Amino acid sequence: MIKRPIYLDYSATTPVDPRVAEKMIPYLTEKFGNPASRSHEFGWDAEKAVEEAREQVAALVNADPREIIWTSGATESNNLAIKGAAHFYKGKGKHLVTVMTEHKAVIDTMRHLESEGYEVTYLMPESSGLVDREKFKAALRPDTILASVMLVNNEIGVIQDIASLGEICRARGVLFHVDAAQATGKVTIDLAQLKVDLMSFSAHKTYGPKGIGALYVQRKPRVRLEAQMHGGGHERGLRSGTLATHQIVGMGEAFRIAREEMATENERIRYLRDRLYQGLSQIEEAHVNGDMEQRVPHNLNISFSFVEGESLIMAIRELAVSSGSACTSASLEPSYVLRALGRSDELAHSSIRFTIGRFTTEEEIDFAIDLVKAKIGRLREMSPLWDMFKEGVDLSTVQWAAH
Amino acid sequence: MSYSTKVLDHYENPRNVGTFGKDDEGVATGMVGAPACGDVMKLQIKVNKDGVIEDAKFKTYGCGSAIASSSLVTEWVKGKTLDEALTIKNTQIAEELALPPVKIHCSVLAEDAIKAAVADYKAKHGAMVETAACKGSDCTV
Repeated sequence: MIKRPIYLDYSATTPVDPRVAEKMIPYLTEKFGNPASRSHEFGWDAEKAVEEAREQVAALVNADPREIIWTSGATESNNLAIKGAAHFYKGKGKHLVTVMTEHKAVIDTMRHLESEGYEVTYLMPESSGLVDREKFKAALRPDTILASVMLVNNEIGVIQDIASLGEICRARGVLFHVDAAQATGKVTIDLAQLKVDLMSFSAHKTYGPKGIGALYVQRKPRVRLEAQMHGGGHERGLRSGTLATHQIVGMGEAFRIAREEMATENERIRYLRDRLYQGLSQIEEAHVNGDMEQRVPHNLNISFSFVEGESLIMAIRELAVSSGSACTSASLEPSYVLRALGRSDELAHSSIRFTIGRFTTEEEIDFAIDLVKAKIGRLREMSPLWDMFKEGVDLSTVQWAAH
Repeated sequence: MSYSTKVLDHYENPRNVGTFGKDDEGVATGMVGAPACGDVMKLQIKVNKDGVIEDAKFKTYGCGSAIASSSLVTEWVKGKTLDEALTIKNTQIAEELALPPVKIHCSVLAEDAIKAAVADYKAKHGAMVETAACKGSDCTV
């Protein structure tokens, strides 16, 4: 018997690995000191734990521990990186570049900067979800301060060519920020090689706790930021606030495990994802969203034509998955990421994001395949659009009664 | 989105899903909605010589509430005359299924489907009738 609902939403969040939880607990009870307390052992112990974790996080991405700044998560890291750089370097210019398929934490931060008088270019990705190198290059201007491109997309899992985009930015003297919240433990990140100035991390996407993240701030060449949080001057003045020792220890341990196990884990996960993909691609009119090659092994985002999104989610409620349409909100809103790829509203609505993780089993994947197949079949039997499609009617030529 | 027991029942066990044969006597069809709006309803009625709807079938592309609304109206129109069927109001459908405010448009669409099917029947059988098949329902997309 498998436990239901089956969790296939690892890109939303992951469970804390039991090894991580175990390591965190003492820092809530006996080792509760404030890492900023310099006058006693409680503080020293906490500080030691924080610095160890900083080394573990730095090690996963091949950075210097002094380049890691603790934050509350990737959203805060994105805010600090983008607003911090935009404010600090406003003398250089007022232009920033990003991509339409970025996470809201980047898009909305950019929108906010626009309200402060900055100018932002939102690049349209290719239909594969990938950013075109030449279009990216063309978007950079002499007054561009910073470009922000995510490493792994949260909805479709595509991997951007950060190495190449970084080279372009470095050559043009533009700061390059990368949101890597979805990438840690999934793709190799070597910050000693990459021309990346700022990189955001999150713990809870990589089997660590929620509420903790980090920002990589490159030392050579040095990147300056204007702090967004003021106070006791923690984290070299970049992010004030008492450090959450237990969370930090958790993130460190989670990243240590990721570094040691990602090679074997990704192989296993890829096997499961490919099995899921093969099973679901037997369904007629199923369309994968996003490039299938330049993609993390954890993600499968797929649309089913002639089936409405909300009823699909309802039909497969034994699976904990994400939908391309926000079916819990008052109105159906198709995913802005899928729309940016040129998907029609209907296909965006009927998309499902399956994200596989450390605790997914083959049995669960097989259950998911059977369930989705059966439910798609049932909903299509009920769908007048499916009938029309089968009769050879081109739905785009039908005059629908506006309502 | 939490659904009422009645919506879930109709969704899990929809009544009268299907299509009548093309040459079946006394069959009329009403199709309302649009794919871009997230719902399309096709309601078919089979009317006997006395002008009574003796059978009804539906197919719906839409959310659980849209499926439930169309399933419900196939039950309600059976045994009614065309004019009686036209008295079914969206508010009754919404009340019966306990639809939340954001799903009221599903009940409106179901009412529109009845009107469209009746209009189709009357058009095929010579009687003139005025209907506004797709007005009044709000598309949120």
